[in-house]
Amino acid sequence: MDLSTAENIVVIGGGQAGAQAVQSLRLFGYEGAITLVGDETALPYQRPPLSKAYMKGEMAEDRLYFKPAAWYEDNKVETLLSQRVEKIDRSAREVHLEHGGKLAYDALIIATGSRPRALPVEGADLENVFDLRGISDVEHIRPKMIAGTRLVIVGAGYIGLEAAAVARQLGLEVTVLEMAGRVLERVTSPVISEFYQELHRGHGVDIRLGARLSKLKGEGGKVTHAVLADGEEIPADMVLAGIGIVPNVELAEAAGLPCRNGIIVDEDARTSDPRIFAAGDCTVRPLAHYARTGRLESVHNAIEQGKLAAAAIMGKPRPAIDCPWFWSDQYDIKLQIAGLSQGHDEVVVRGDRAGNKFAAFYLKNGRLIAVDAVNSPPEFIASKKLIMNGAVIAPDQLSDTSKSMKDIAAEAA
Amino acid sequence: MPTIIYIDHDGNERQIEAKNGESVMETAIKNSVPGIDADCGGACACATCHVYVDEAFMDKVGQPEDMEQSMLDFAENVQANSRLSCQITVSDDLDGLRVTTPESQH
Repeated sequence: MDLSTAENIVVIGGGQAGAQAVQSLRLFGYEGAITLVGDETALPYQRPPLSKAYMKGEMAEDRLYFKPAAWYEDNKVETLLSQRVEKIDRSAREVHLEHGGKLAYDALIIATGSRPRALPVEGADLENVFDLRGISDVEHIRPKMIAGTRLVIVGAGYIGLEAAAVARQLGLEVTVLEMAGRVLERVTSPVISEFYQELHRGHGVDIRLGARLSKLKGEGGKVTHAVLADGEEIPADMVLAGIGIVPNVELAEAAGLPCRNGIIVDEDARTSDPRIFAAGDCTVRPLAHYARTGRLESVHNAIEQGKLAAAAIMGKPRPAIDCPWFWSDQYDIKLQIAGLSQGHDEVVVRGDRAGNKFAAFYLKNGRLIAVDAVNSPPEFIASKKLIMNGAVIAPDQLSDTSKSMKDIAAEAA
Repeated sequence: MPTIIYIDHDGNERQIEAKNGESVMETAIKNSVPGIDADCGGACACATCHVYVDEAFMDKVGQPEDMEQSMLDFAENVQANSRLSCQITVSDDLDGLRVTTPESQH
């Protein structure tokens, strides 16, 4: 369907994907009306620093924003902030706002993102129990990030571990509770998990593996202890939950758009309705380099799908599809991840683990499908291209540090 | 406030008033300078903010650190004066800095 003559485009969600879609629409020459509806009070901003530099107080708030307020005025983008959408009426092609009012659309982009999974235990509603998703969460957490404060983090995923690193650097006493047998179990291999366990323990974080939280105990409405299934009570002045996210699919689902742990979209970020697109954490998309579909929780994905939706609406050629990539900063360690390691049948380690500079390559049937690069940008960058090319590389080549990644990549190409 | 001059691969110049403490990349993004994407938001993780620094300013901007240098090693069309603009912090010393964006980022 040609939508390049659209007069009204509505974007639901003011996160990375929504902001990118808006910018790309203007870049691709769209001249009609754009309305961006967001349920936060702030204009679109970067989320990654919230668990890193911004949480630590090393980054001023105005540096979080993608664009200054004037950009939206100059580019005639109407922003409706602190507004929730109540429903999408596909037959009338209207979006109903919770506070009343309707927005007509010729094309609609759903970029509703995701929300933190709520702690499923008694006491989760006590004071000083937080999750971490938006600027407002950090505003509540940061005043309590004071040396000596006892912080219990539930979940050893990236958010939990990044927050643990910030908290230790600010002098808090930090305990991390993880149900699984190792940290980052859902996303990486044992070699990387063990590295991060040692890293955090070396910085004085008490990492508890196989630890099941049974409830949070409080006094006067404020949390005082995290209680484990075995009855142990860990004193807590503050609790931070980082147990994953849930895609915000309810609006799409209620509008009859097919969803399966995410809004199902095609390679142009289009839903089953030719006028409706979806982008970012809330989607399930074709994974170009893996012959399957999946949901990606990343900056790369939000940007790429924002661009894809805008390009499809404007009838532009489809932008290049990148290999999925991610990063995480903890202490002075930068982890860069390219590709998706699920389904690998071999792990090859290259570099110096003790020197905090190494990479884990993931192979499947001899093909490189992903890399976790610890303080190793060459391994990350080179692998990104090799993964996209479906390169077959011998494990002993990858582990041979007498050869540069540049040479290895050149030989594999 | 220092002025940064961004030149695209066709030679078109844009003069931007920059804020001390922000990066050359952030200044570009906030002012919609084309050719600088900065997908990672300045985390030195993506190399989409590659610029060529005017020779006259090479000493003033300093040398890239290891992380940046490694990223540059794999960027396209790298030259001796290549830098990632997210790693250059604006200061009064850089008033008049001229940076050119590579064609591959347009």
